[in-house]
Amino acid sequence: MTAPRRTRDRQRLIETLAGYGFAMPAFVLLLLTNIVPLLVLLYLSFTNYQLGALDWHFLGLDNFRKALGDPVLRRSLTNTFVYVAIVLPGAVGLALLVAVLLHRRKRTRAIYEVIYFLPVTSTLIAMATVWQFILHPKLGPVNGVLKALGFGEVAFLSEPSLVLPTLAAIGIWQLIGFNMVLFLAGLSAIPRDLYEAAEIDGCHSGVDRFLTITWPLLGPTTMFVIVTTSITAFKVFDTVAVMTRGGPMGSSEVLLYAIYLEGYQYFHMGYAAALTLIFLAFVLVFSILQTIVLERRVHYA
Amino acid sequence: MSARPITPLAALVRRAASLLIVHAILIAGAVFILLPFVWMLITSIKSPSEIFSATFTLWPRHFNAAQNYGFALEKVPLLRFALNGVIVCAGILVVQVLVAVPCAYALAKLTFPGRSVLLALVLLGLCIPIQVPALPLYMGLADLGLLNTYFAIMMPFFLSVFAIFLFRQFFKGYPDEIIHAARLDGMSEFEIVWRIVVPSAWPAIAAFAVFSIVAHWNDLYWPLIVVSDTNLATPPLGMMFFADAETGSNYGALTAAATVLTAPLVIAFLVARRRFIEGITMTGIK
Repeated sequence: MTAPRRTRDRQRLIETLAGYGFAMPAFVLLLLTNIVPLLVLLYLSFTNYQLGALDWHFLGLDNFRKALGDPVLRRSLTNTFVYVAIVLPGAVGLALLVAVLLHRRKRTRAIYEVIYFLPVTSTLIAMATVWQFILHPKLGPVNGVLKALGFGEVAFLSEPSLVLPTLAAIGIWQLIGFNMVLFLAGLSAIPRDLYEAAEIDGCHSGVDRFLTITWPLLGPTTMFVIVTTSITAFKVFDTVAVMTRGGPMGSSEVLLYAIYLEGYQYFHMGYAAALTLIFLAFVLVFSILQTIVLERRVHYA
Repeated sequence: MSARPITPLAALVRRAASLLIVHAILIAGAVFILLPFVWMLITSIKSPSEIFSATFTLWPRHFNAAQNYGFALEKVPLLRFALNGVIVCAGILVVQVLVAVPCAYALAKLTFPGRSVLLALVLLGLCIPIQVPALPLYMGLADLGLLNTYFAIMMPFFLSVFAIFLFRQFFKGYPDEIIHAARLDGMSEFEIVWRIVVPSAWPAIAAFAVFSIVAHWNDLYWPLIVVSDTNLATPPLGMMFFADAETGSNYGALTAAATVLTAPLVIAFLVARRRFIEGITMTGIK
């Protein structure tokens, strides 16, 4: 009676020791790179600390109060939401369209897949530089074509009303392939005989089939794609930093770029910390949703 | 409408028409996707006079590839940027795997007090993007005089909560009987992890490796913050330095540089297409 119990106790002790030992490096790094920084960030957001300053003090909620009335923050938040509002339907809708059209192709599917996925693997900064050149009012091919068709010159990146849609188009360009692959995976999980059954029930056109079967059954995938796309779009930074630097006249200044300027160019650490927490609050809504969906998805997979 | 019998010819015509529409849409999309790649390659072999000429041509009349690529390689340390990319990606990946594997195994297969708290922290960590801890991490690294080092570029990414999450899911499916048998054979938990469980988790590790390398080769935000020394620039940062130094003047060299820095991952993608698509989308979050 005691012998098996002793081995069980021994096993429990070994597992506890091994468990702590195995988790220790990860836990220490989690503290160092996530938890402690988060606490420091929270503290900073209540101060007026500037990098290198010796004299700084506690402000309470002043930074957040300032943020509420800050026209730069308001503008960058609006710009970010406009960007998301264009990228989200574009990158989700077009990816769905491409996936539905590609799903039944046998011979040509692979080649289209490679093409559409190409922007996902390529370095966005390098490609952004190329886009800048393509959209150049004088030298770019896009304006070349527009002029050949008799239209006037369009300054995509220096016209305040055009700059966000232009950046959003590049965002869509980068995301379609990624979303397409997620949709293709979702489509291949839909049983074929459902379509045959629908055919017998009188669903003949592709649109009918899509509305009665594909769209409802693709629901969970669509949900996941919408959430990840929202997060990615909300974190837009690279194209702004390279192509416009928030310009012209702040018309493409987005939230992360505003934080970058406050924190790492002007070194207003306290205020930047408060802005970062505002950023986190927005992202958290989406990413908690994403984690829940991901947990469930992996369980069912 | 469905009651009317469909003649074979009408069916054929309808099928051909729908195929035509499908491919027209797909090709239009493909042109939009490929445009910057094609334009990059063409410009990188054009001569300046053609780039700046008012009448624009698709295919260059004079090839200037040697000058453009030569200028890009000579003027900025392009190969150095690529090497930095390799060093940073490799360093991050190795530490990520070494740290995440044992932790994931502990969370999946060992019972110990505090396990659920740790799991909750990992799931919470999944929700926090790098831009959030970046500010305090930057201040800490500045304080320690560690800015402009490889360590500073890699350090925030040593812990990948996503790797822990992914490996844990994978390890959970590993049969307990084999682990029990190994214990009875006198193997230590350490040996069980690295000699028995890890070899079976190769697909998950490979998928994660693709995800990690693509993410860190292309990351701009963090390197931009901690690196100002050109010699330490990663590919995107190097590209940015180059674009700044050459503002708009030498598009041939600029696109040549873009080609050189984009090529490694694109070539790897074309070679290991399946693995790439699986890796990036299976681990499709960040």
